[in-house]
Amino acid sequence: MIGSLLSVDIPYWGQSLLRALGGAVAVLLPAGTIVYVFLFKMMSFMQSRLGPMEAGPFGSLQLVAEVGKWLQKEDLHPERADRFLFKSAPLVVLLSTFFLVVAVPFGPDAIFTDFENGVLYVLAVSSISVIGILMAGWASANKYSLLGGLRAAGQLIAYELPMVLAVIGVVIQAGTMNLQSIVVEQNRGEIFGWSGIGNPYILTQFVGFLVFMIAVQAELTQAPFDMPIAESELVAGYMTEYSGFRFLIFFIAEFATAGVFSLIASTMFLGGWGLPWSWFDWNSLDDVHSVMNIVGPLIMVTKMMLVAFLIMWARFSYPRFREDQLQKFAWKVLIPVALLNIAVTSILKVAF
Amino acid sequence: MTMIDERRQLSYIAAQAADARVNVELETEGMTLNIGPQHPATHGTLRIIARLDGEQVVWAEPSAGYMHRGYEKLTEVRSFPQVTALINRIDWLGSFANEVPFILAAERLMEIEAPPRAQHIRTILFELSRIANVGLFLGDLGVQLGAITPVFLAFRDREYVLNLIEAATGGRFHPNFDRIGGLKDDLPKGWLDDTRAAMVKLRRFCDEIEDLLFGNEIFQSRTRGIGIIPKEIALQYGLSGANLRASGVDWDLRRDQTLPMAWNKADWKVWTHPDGDCFARCWVRLQEVRESTKIVEQLCDTIPSGPVMAKVPRIIKVPEGEAWVSTENPLGEMGYYVVSKGDTGPFRVKIRSASFNNISITPWLLKGVLVPDIITILASLYFILGDIDR
Amino acid sequence: MSPLSSTGETATAELGSDHLREALVDRLRASIGDALEASHLVPGSDVWVRVRPDAWRTTAMVLRNELDMDYFCYLSAIDWMPSPYGRGEDDPSAEPVERDDSIRQGYTGGSSRFQMLARLVSSTQHVGINLKADVPDSLSIESWVPVYAGANWHERETWEMFGITFAGHPDLRHMYLPSEFEGFPLRKDFPLLARMVKPWPGIVDVEPMPGVASDDEGGE
Repeated sequence: MIGSLLSVDIPYWGQSLLRALGGAVAVLLPAGTIVYVFLFKMMSFMQSRLGPMEAGPFGSLQLVAEVGKWLQKEDLHPERADRFLFKSAPLVVLLSTFFLVVAVPFGPDAIFTDFENGVLYVLAVSSISVIGILMAGWASANKYSLLGGLRAAGQLIAYELPMVLAVIGVVIQAGTMNLQSIVVEQNRGEIFGWSGIGNPYILTQFVGFLVFMIAVQAELTQAPFDMPIAESELVAGYMTEYSGFRFLIFFIAEFATAGVFSLIASTMFLGGWGLPWSWFDWNSLDDVHSVMNIVGPLIMVTKMMLVAFLIMWARFSYPRFREDQLQKFAWKVLIPVALLNIAVTSILKVAF
Repeated sequence: MTMIDERRQLSYIAAQAADARVNVELETEGMTLNIGPQHPATHGTLRIIARLDGEQVVWAEPSAGYMHRGYEKLTEVRSFPQVTALINRIDWLGSFANEVPFILAAERLMEIEAPPRAQHIRTILFELSRIANVGLFLGDLGVQLGAITPVFLAFRDREYVLNLIEAATGGRFHPNFDRIGGLKDDLPKGWLDDTRAAMVKLRRFCDEIEDLLFGNEIFQSRTRGIGIIPKEIALQYGLSGANLRASGVDWDLRRDQTLPMAWNKADWKVWTHPDGDCFARCWVRLQEVRESTKIVEQLCDTIPSGPVMAKVPRIIKVPEGEAWVSTENPLGEMGYYVVSKGDTGPFRVKIRSASFNNISITPWLLKGVLVPDIITILASLYFILGDIDR
Repeated sequence: MSPLSSTGETATAELGSDHLREALVDRLRASIGDALEASHLVPGSDVWVRVRPDAWRTTAMVLRNELDMDYFCYLSAIDWMPSPYGRGEDDPSAEPVERDDSIRQGYTGGSSRFQMLARLVSSTQHVGINLKADVPDSLSIESWVPVYAGANWHERETWEMFGITFAGHPDLRHMYLPSEFEGFPLRKDFPLLARMVKPWPGIVDVEPMPGVASDDEGGE
């Protein structure tokens, strides 16, 4: 792919290296952007303060300072902690993010792996972070962390279902589980005959989008669903005992997963890497101009920022749910709504 | 606004009365969780030992005393002006309000009254300290429940009040401004206009908080029906201030007793709420802040001219006697029982602080609640460590 | 200056009588009889009542059940012995000062060194009553916990600070101090350790403020 773009013959190991680098960038870039723009600056603006201003102009180098700070901290571990579990828990959580980003399409050829069942793979792999959180909570040998870990396990498993059900509407409408094909279908579609912006599924699947965003908020343990972290009660929940580089991994994983879920949401609901009013046809993937391989990632980043804005906005505004209220909300409200959405979608798909 | 119905209240009381005393030695299972003394949720160094069964509290006991400074012993070796400086630090968020009952008790023993202008200014500063204290409570309430934005708005708008207090007294947190017989100084020029402008801003802040926090469904589901304190229990434990008014007791010491202060010169209302749950306590405090802003505005308009200090000797010796004065402080009822033997300093001062009684109800109240609700209940009872521990 | 102890009312010249508080004292006397040893009334202001120590809890019950005193304000004690250390301002190198160590109680009199002090208020009539009682030499008195649940913490603190035990208190243990603490801090013969460790620096010269004459009258 890259070779065809640059008209240069890159050996296989070179391509693999570039792909690995691309993967790292695809994970770290969303994390860094979201942390700086939303966590530092947007949150400060909403709370009528300035945010970090010292490191670099307008605090732009704050991220560098933060990373440096975390790296130079002492690497502690509790005495009674299970060493192996304790050390590998953050890596498991970050691993799930990499697994997720592998399936996201950034352009017609700019995709790491073109899964035939992309949607299924994405939803399945996102649960690996639950294992990581449980490991962290248990291995910390700390009652607070244990409470946080158990709360997280219950919450994350409960909110997997609404996430899956919300996406089924998209799959029904697109007729395929392949993420690349979903993008093509959205851009190829028409809204009552007008094909200007294609047919992004958010217009028809707005209920699905809403349920998906709420479920994503819960999967990321962001407020209002941040019982597992619950800063004012459990200090930092399952992350309490982590310091230095390991905490940095948790921190990056949290925002990277937010970014990747935003990418997935924009793939499935906002039309992916497609450009409105494009000059080429969308009849099949081969028709798409190969300049989209460069422009596509940029479009994806823009759409990711839009969706991440929604996630972060809700995070800073709402108080948190109590654990039982959280579960009630998932089982009694979100799942019925998502099921209804599937039913209506199926009926309308057959009718039209 | 829904009411908690009688049946629910009665069943709650019955459940509490059923296990009146828990013997610690008999508890053989469950996890013991220590909340504090270093913890983001407790307002200071309060330690709560909770015995949990899953997420439910079987038994909880606050362990105070991490900040005990021995005030009652210290007052025995200090002179009256020095005691005034000392007791500023009991409730450090609304500091001027701590000085007032003590000064009034000493003035009662000396049988003098401060001039009317001084009484007016004392009342204005008292209400400003109430706004500063309870304004922070409204922001802090959000943080305890997970909404991190209101606290920044609270700090921002509290600055107006602190700037006013600093302009008048010289100190933002510990003004040390009250003297036996009046005040240390008169108000600076333009202070009354600044105060009126600040009160408008603070009312806007109250509206913002009501929109942002109180109207939020999550907040309501976290606070309604949690931590119900029935009226009789509240009176038995000596709960005071907004906690008592939220359980339906019409009790406000500013209105119910006559003190040489200017509350009866303004037209204001006492807010009560019948429910007695966390939401009621928070809501009553919000209304109290609004009412305080109105009191301050009215008093600013009607302030008389004159001296701010009565004629008192330079070295003050308070005649022999005993006096008790209590006022409606931001946290509740704060009172001083001053015993004097004709010396330059008191013989014994008993400090009755509001938070001590407010927290004494937690062993009874926290039985059977979930862990997140512990934080909600403590947040709504609102204590300051300096007030509990003195 | 008000007199220190008396039975019945004491009126300062210009104030009239206080019907509400007088009625309160009369009804209390009717209920507990001669357990009420002394009273002191400052009309329009406050009322003090001293009862016999063996009627401490009975008085509380009567006040709560019959006289509508439902609000428990506080409970504490007073140590009437003057401190042998004075105000901690003695120069350690000078001769020890002769001090008057006679025990003189305040309003409503009494005969013991320690006296209980409590306050109850009626939430409906907005009148309060200060209660005192001599503490017998055994330093033990009945507990108020069966009457007012809130007395639990107050009695713990009083025990911790003065050493007065409360018979019938479910759980008498330290409130503020660590459990190994020896001594009872608020007793007058317990020294303020800060002054023992570092002696009082002496009266500092107070300079007059600019523009104020340095005589005895304070100005505005």
